[in-house]
Amino acid sequence: MPALLLLERNLLIYRHTWYLLLAEVLEPMLYQLTIGVGIGQLVGHVPGLDGSGPGGGSTGGIGYSAYVAPALLATAAMNGAMNETTFNMFAKLKLQRVYDSILATPMTVHDVAVGEVCWALLRGVLVTAGFLAVVGAFGLVQSAWILLVIPGAAVVGFAFASVGLAVVTFLRGWADFQFIQLAMLPMFLFATTFYPLGVYPRPVQIAVECLPLYQSIQLIRLPALGEPGPALLVPVVYLLLMGALGLRIALPRMQRMLLH
Amino acid sequence: MATATVRPAAAPPAPHSGPPPALREFGYRLHRYRRTWRGTVVISVANPLLFLAAIGAGLGKLVDRGGSGYLHGGSYVAFFAPGLLAAMAMQTGYIEAAGPVFQAARPQGSYRAAAATSMEPTDILGGHLLFMAFRLALSATAFTAVVAAFGITGPLRALLLVPAATLTGMAFCAPVAAWSVTVTRQARLNGVFRFVLMPLYMFSGTFFSTDQLPGPLQGVVACTPLHQGIALCRSIVAGTATAGGSAMHTGYLAALVLMGWLAARRTFTRRLNG
Amino acid sequence: MTEHQGTPLVEAEGLRKVYQPSGFTAVDGIDFALAPGEAFGFLGPNGAGKSSTMRMISCVSPLSGGSLRVLGLDAATRGAEIRARIGVVPQEDTLDEELTVRENLLIYGRYFGLPRAVVRERADRLLEFARLTDKAGEQVSALSGGMKRRLTIARGLVNEPEILLLDEPTTGLDPQARHLLWERLYQLKSEGVSLILTTHYMDEAEQLCDRLVVMDGGRIVAGGTPRELIEAHAGREVLEIRVPPGEQAVTAEKLQGLADRLEPLPDRLLLYTEDGETALAGVHVRGIVPITALVRRAGLEDVFLTLTGRTLVD
Repeated sequence: MPALLLLERNLLIYRHTWYLLLAEVLEPMLYQLTIGVGIGQLVGHVPGLDGSGPGGGSTGGIGYSAYVAPALLATAAMNGAMNETTFNMFAKLKLQRVYDSILATPMTVHDVAVGEVCWALLRGVLVTAGFLAVVGAFGLVQSAWILLVIPGAAVVGFAFASVGLAVVTFLRGWADFQFIQLAMLPMFLFATTFYPLGVYPRPVQIAVECLPLYQSIQLIRLPALGEPGPALLVPVVYLLLMGALGLRIALPRMQRMLLH
Repeated sequence: MATATVRPAAAPPAPHSGPPPALREFGYRLHRYRRTWRGTVVISVANPLLFLAAIGAGLGKLVDRGGSGYLHGGSYVAFFAPGLLAAMAMQTGYIEAAGPVFQAARPQGSYRAAAATSMEPTDILGGHLLFMAFRLALSATAFTAVVAAFGITGPLRALLLVPAATLTGMAFCAPVAAWSVTVTRQARLNGVFRFVLMPLYMFSGTFFSTDQLPGPLQGVVACTPLHQGIALCRSIVAGTATAGGSAMHTGYLAALVLMGWLAARRTFTRRLNG
Repeated sequence: MTEHQGTPLVEAEGLRKVYQPSGFTAVDGIDFALAPGEAFGFLGPNGAGKSSTMRMISCVSPLSGGSLRVLGLDAATRGAEIRARIGVVPQEDTLDEELTVRENLLIYGRYFGLPRAVVRERADRLLEFARLTDKAGEQVSALSGGMKRRLTIARGLVNEPEILLLDEPTTGLDPQARHLLWERLYQLKSEGVSLILTTHYMDEAEQLCDRLVVMDGGRIVAGGTPRELIEAHAGREVLEIRVPPGEQAVTAEKLQGLADRLEPLPDRLLLYTEDGETALAGVHVRGIVPITALVRRAGLEDVFLTLTGRTLVD
């Protein structure tokens, strides 16, 4: 599959700059320590999953750290993937013009798009796996179902990498990245990362439930807290559809952008 | 051969005409800012307000339910807001002093053009630092206005918060400018942000009291400029400021500004005249 | 058109390129053909449509009209197959700055689907060819302009192409680097690789091209071997004279009829003639004392000037 050759290129580069991945693991780790452990001491226990999961009736709630950790895992997968197809890819498109030389070979725009999404997804999974190891070391693992986090991160990575691919075709300059931040930061802060849905009034709850990061967090949090079940199908379908839509928008636009 | 008509040389400008040299650099920065300020709104205003809403108000609900001892009956958001203000001043200070100074000091940067005129490197430094102080004061004012509007702090205390936050930011600007003018690779700037600034932000008492940290770490954190700035801002909001405590925090931060400025005078001169 | 030996490697008929949404016509219906083993050049100023033509031949830019066959295949529908068999050296070195010199060749070879062992062996050979063996482990950013250019050419050869396309191969290089590059290109030609190149340097076109077309404003205005073009459009010799500014027009008036053709430029006058020395004597006879006078052989620059009334490099 020619798209995988792009992965080979990126891996070749990461042989020199693998430490960048460590930096991406560091950020969720800091949040985990500060908010999970630090504020966690102030918060105490989070009451259950507020009925949003199938096992919502569990008594006594869960430790705040254990509540925050899966959300940070989902965010790491999201950021790992989306940074790759927006930030790094913008540089490749506009500054380094990497694709100009690639497209002079039998590789097609389709190969490039699929290759970059695969790579971004892989990075999301790698960052998540690295963070998972840290979470494990903190003793925050609640259940063996937490291993579902890895395929979950792949789905999250696919969804956000594809959307990033569509977004990058709309960017005019570096200044436009602030709009991405303007969308991503509130989503990170409000999509039940740090506190459960129950804090909000019902209309806000519905809005939050529509956010892709909320769905991603559900996909990771439910199994991480030992509550896998058919409810996971909702985020899986949501995220796969979102990824497909992203690709659908991105492909013709990239075609026009690169083959003019 | 070629038609060489010699133009009369322009009269050299009088050395002290116009504003003082440092204000010319300040004017240049201000002129640029008039075109680019929109781009800074997200990072220096929207960003802290979102954190204030999500962590202060949202997560604060859970914290207040827990009823933590050291909040002294106050709400978590009142504890968090001044910490966030100081942390944002640090972040804005770093962003203003790292990237732009590095860019301007490159061989094709704007410092080079300014240094080729009658301006001295120390003038350029002075003008740019002045601009950074302006930026810090502006962001601090916007944030404090919101904090005051929500009744988290009174208007008089809010007036004191702006200079306190600006000073905290400048305690980063001056030393960082002294360093970033010598940097040759952009990646260094990002590295320091990720590995120094982010941990400082997380552990200097922005989100929770440093009393919660293990003993030895408390001592280390107490020495960081961010912790000093947070302590200063927090004591203003909580109304617990004492003359001695405030003098210590202010003196510490002012000393950093002074040392950073002295160091920057040397590094700017060496880089731009070297 | 000159006689072809065998089927042409590249054959364009009425080729057009219109950019959207601006509607700008970069290439406006051109015909040309490349014979096997030939070095074929597009000569013209910036904006003549050379690069657009090259991008269409390398199948990275869809045609807006006409037909284009490369290696007997339709460029509009069989791009990937064509790209597998040609080599491209774009105007700007699109080298992968994040990779080392050798890695650039390795990964590029992989894009062609070549097995790793084959690519490794070719990379070593091409580094030798580009005289970059001792730079193999360096980052691309550490290379000089000439080295980057040679690496880009080496990269374009990694699939052992039947045709090598070079867009402005020596623009921006110092004279020494240019000559080294020309020498490498001669070697390729002698090994049977067909070359297509664009240039706005007439010395380059004269040095490298068996046959060339002159482009201006998206059209081909003339074609043939360098010699044919010069003979047909410029004559044998040129007398260049410089007079004080302001006297240009008067002087041109006085020189009427002295040469086959007279071309006034902003800074000098060009007189096209079969015999430059005789013309110079005529100048003196007419009582004109130029600041400088120079007799030289006519070149492609003169061809272009004659055809378009403009200089090639401004």
